[in-house]
Amino acid sequence: MSEPRWVPWARRFVLGFLALFTLIPLYAMVSSSLKPLGDVQGTWEWIPTTLTIQPFFDIWETIPLAEYFVNSLVISGSAAILSVVIAIFAAYALSRFRFRGKNFFKMTVLSTQMFPGILFLLPLFLIFVNIGNTTGIVLYGSRLGLIITYLTFSLPFAIWMLAGYIDSIPKELDEAAMVDGTGQFGALIRVVVPAAMPGIVAVGIYSFMTAWGEVLFASVMTDSGTRTLAVGLQEYSTQVQVYWNQVMAASLIVSVPVVAGFLLLQRYLVAGLTAGAVK
Amino acid sequence: MPTALDDAPAVKAAGAPGPQGVRRKRRRVALPYLLLLPAILLELLVHLIPMVAGLVMSFFKLTQFSIRDFSSAPAAGLDNYKFVLDFNAAAGKSLLGSFWISILYTVLSVGFCWLFGTSAAVLMQKDFRGRGLLRTLFLVPYALPMYAAVITWSFMFQKDTGLVNDLLGTDSFWLIGDNSFWSLVVVSVWRNWPFAFLIVMAGLQNVPGELYEAAAIDGASWWRQFRAITQPMLRPVNQVLLLVLFLWTFNDFNTPYVLFGASAPKEASLISIHIYQSSFVTWNFGLGSAMSVLLLLFLLIVSTVYLGLTARRRNAVV
Repeated sequence: MSEPRWVPWARRFVLGFLALFTLIPLYAMVSSSLKPLGDVQGTWEWIPTTLTIQPFFDIWETIPLAEYFVNSLVISGSAAILSVVIAIFAAYALSRFRFRGKNFFKMTVLSTQMFPGILFLLPLFLIFVNIGNTTGIVLYGSRLGLIITYLTFSLPFAIWMLAGYIDSIPKELDEAAMVDGTGQFGALIRVVVPAAMPGIVAVGIYSFMTAWGEVLFASVMTDSGTRTLAVGLQEYSTQVQVYWNQVMAASLIVSVPVVAGFLLLQRYLVAGLTAGAVK
Repeated sequence: MPTALDDAPAVKAAGAPGPQGVRRKRRRVALPYLLLLPAILLELLVHLIPMVAGLVMSFFKLTQFSIRDFSSAPAAGLDNYKFVLDFNAAAGKSLLGSFWISILYTVLSVGFCWLFGTSAAVLMQKDFRGRGLLRTLFLVPYALPMYAAVITWSFMFQKDTGLVNDLLGTDSFWLIGDNSFWSLVVVSVWRNWPFAFLIVMAGLQNVPGELYEAAAIDGASWWRQFRAITQPMLRPVNQVLLLVLFLWTFNDFNTPYVLFGASAPKEASLISIHIYQSSFVTWNFGLGSAMSVLLLLFLLIVSTVYLGLTARRRNAVV
């Protein structure tokens, strides 16, 4: 379509503004992570006078960052994998069967997404503590507790999106597999799962990101042994000073896995996210 | 009763009356429920049971003294609700204050997110050099772990060492006092507008190109095409997008918590921060639960009304 003359100018102006708005904090993060402590404690300098990679070594000493990193990896990784597996089963049921209570299940699962996290936090905290007191299964303060919590956060979206994906796989494929002698379950594993792989990967990334970035539950449900990055990063601030260069270096390090994963797989994730949102 | 949607031919033949057929049928009836079982159990444990528990808790006096054995907590009846809804007393006043702050925060943040997201998506419909790169850049704030992004902003907002004061040539506090509210809005817009951009972009991809071609043949101007094609085609997407953004922003806890630490300034004390403080800082879980239930009621009413209104408009248009 032919544009009026103001449109290209509006494009340059608006996109330029948004690019700057997006870039400035990213630049602040990267450039400050390369400054010595003295420089981040003085007035802000746009061009660093001294460049050093020392903060990237110091971050592991100042706080037990490696330990938090492992906690976050184990918790987010397990939550993502479990969420994907559980969602595949549920989505297959929703996509391939007609059964009583199907719509009720769909609506309930979706509506849980609407509720404020703070609403679950207090009772879940008490339920976890009480399960621990009565059965000895330690959920409060353990990795397991957070894994279970996080996997349910991404589960509704995962089920929703995978059901849409599986809907688009022709039923004839499952049927052909069953004619060839595998059961319904075999058809799911051998035919549907491979065909839905892009959706499964996208859901996995989404679940991982959700868990990796969560702050509220992590700050209440962890103790010193299970602390995640989301909580641990605040320890660079002491009473005396804040190691801003190290905070920025650590922020950069914890961002790399998710940003890289996101950018590599953004095509799948974006397609999946929007399929869910647009439908 | 549950039935398989499509019986494969082989199964259909075997499904003739007979003991084996009956057994197979029963197994097929149970299968969807078995497949859903893990999801149901976990949703029950983490979402539904806690929600009911929260509702029950709001009718008890749950403080640090009764929390250990919460079956022995004294009943409060409606006292918790009366207490937090008494807007003449301090507790009610501060709850009402938080509520208005949350409303203003939500309106501003959602408004700017939508505006930025839509402008960028519409202006990037046409291909130009560097479009792919710009698109990737715009998605980075969304991919970044939320706390890493917000910590960076809190560094930028520092009074003496931050780049915000340097950029604006000011010498202000940004993380306490009146400014703290605006800092919160800026950070939230920075983080969430890419999501709006993403969704609107996807919505635009679903607009058939022939519509524009036909309009161009008819001599419709750029602005007319935007008004008559782009905007109406985006309406269903916008309706979902605005609701999702509203719920996220109104419930936002993470942004103020990371930006200000556990004690947000009162100018930026969103409702979830307020509930968190009265529950986990002053250890009054009964009050916290009562406020959570009120918050949930409010969100339910708003969402229901919104969905009702948009559905009616949809029906009227179609």
